[in-house]
Parts: sequence; C-alpha cells; structure tokens
Amino acid sequence: MKLTAEASGGALVVSLGEARLDAAIAIQFKDRMREMLLQPSPRVVLDLSGVGFLDSSGLGAIVSVMKGLGPERKLELRGLTPNVEKVFRLTRMDSVFSIQPQAHQSGLRDAG
Amino acid sequence: MLAEQAQLPANESDLRHKAQRDIFHRRFSAEPHAVRGALRASVARFARQISQEEAGALELVLAEVLNNIVEHSYAGGSEGVISLSIVRDLSGLSCAISDDGVPLPEGCLTPPNLPEIAVATAQLPEGGFGWYLIHDLTQDLGYRREDKQNLLAFRLPIGAPQNC
Repeated sequence: MKLTAEASGGALVVSLGEARLDAAIAIQFKDRMREMLLQPSPRVVLDLSGVGFLDSSGLGAIVSVMKGLGPERKLELRGLTPNVEKVFRLTRMDSVFSIQPQAHQSGLRDAG
Repeated sequence: MLAEQAQLPANESDLRHKAQRDIFHRRFSAEPHAVRGALRASVARFARQISQEEAGALELVLAEVLNNIVEHSYAGGSEGVISLSIVRDLSGLSCAISDDGVPLPEGCLTPPNLPEIAVATAQLPEGGFGWYLIHDLTQDLGYRREDKQNLLAFRLPIGAPQNC
C-alpha cells in the first residue's frame, strides 16, 4: 500500500496513493496509519485526493484511525473526490471530521 | 403495418449487441480482490449509459452488498461463490446477487437508522454504515432464501438514457 508522510506547516500530512480505500485494504490501512502516527504531531492531515472510491469498510478504517489519535490530536481530511465526499455526506460523517475545502474546483464550468 | 415493422430490430446481430450492452452477469469467488474485479467490470459495462454520480452509487451499493457476503454470509471462511446480475431497463438498473452462505439476518431488511454520531470521538461507530447506504441508495430491496441460497435484489434509479 502506498502511504507517504511529510511534515508540512506544523502538521503531519499523510497521503494515500491508492485509487480505492475499500474492504480489500481497510485493515492494512489502519495498521500502517497506526505506525505512521507514532510520529508526534498535534495535527494530522490525511490527503485522499488520489482516492476515487471509498466504501463503509474504508470509512470505518478512517474513523478508527481518528479514534486512535486520542483526544489531544486531530485528524483532518483533505482532497475528497466526489465519490468519497458522497460517502461522508450520506453517513453524516462529514459533521464529525474536519474536512478542508478543495483547493481547485475542477469541473465547474459556465454552461452559458 | 409499416410502423410496427420499423420498431423491430434490424437483425439478430443488433439484438445481440443490445443484450451485451444492457445485461451484466458474472460469477466470482467471495474474496475481496475478486469483488474488486467484479465491481470494476460491472461499472465499466454501464459507464457509457449512466452519469458519473450514478456509476459511483452503483459501485458503492454493490461493494456494500458484496462485502457483506464475503464477511458475513461466508464469514471469510471456505471458498464461496457469488453470482451478480444487472439488467438495464428504461428507469434504472435491476440488480440480483446470490450466494450459498448463511441466511441473511432478518434485521438487515428493515431500513436502519444511521449509527449515533453525536458522541465523544472514542465512542464513534466504525461500522453499521453498510446497510444504511444500501437502503438509502436503492429501491425495491427484496430478499429470498431458497434452496440454501440467498437472493438479494434491488433497483438503482437511473436517469434517462444518455446519447453517446
């Protein structure tokens, strides 16, 4: 699984380089994230811009990672693609996570 | 007379082509990577006929149903086989999924509430979203247990056919 971490602007930014965060890799994702988050950083940003598909197993894994951070550390999400954003919205989990707005609004075109 | 004839398909090859475009069927083993393959193939089959958002909903619903079969019906154990059929009609996609695992618990067929999320972080739910998503995104969800087989069927509403 491709998972990379770098310190940026006082946060640890973890990027998942997988097209899918689903039942096939959810457990592995949780385990690898747990290892990476041993690095002390009060803010953790999970960049999902490469992920085009998330199912409820993947969502559960992200929740589990946030719970593992404990009360003092926060997990922020960024780069949600439309399908991934929809899963957060339908399950109301968008109200639980702090989700950074998209940097570029691609796909918005003036039809007129 | 003439009008009636004009509605008939031109020839058998046209008919076959239409059937290939409108029907998807696959049998595969109940394990996560085979599920991925079936999802990819089913979405690819209908990708040109449905919007990206509809394709996302199709993949999500199928993933939830198939993952449940892998994890619960076959309980991750001995090799099971899943059969998936999807038919495109005027108003949507009719999907039928069958497996030979344990019966589906009755509660799964009642539309569930979302798990409680207005709780402290440590108490947040990590599961219980799958059936909620299935009920939320589908219509006419039905289940039958027959001859030691589970059959789950539902419809996914789809907009008018797109001209490609």
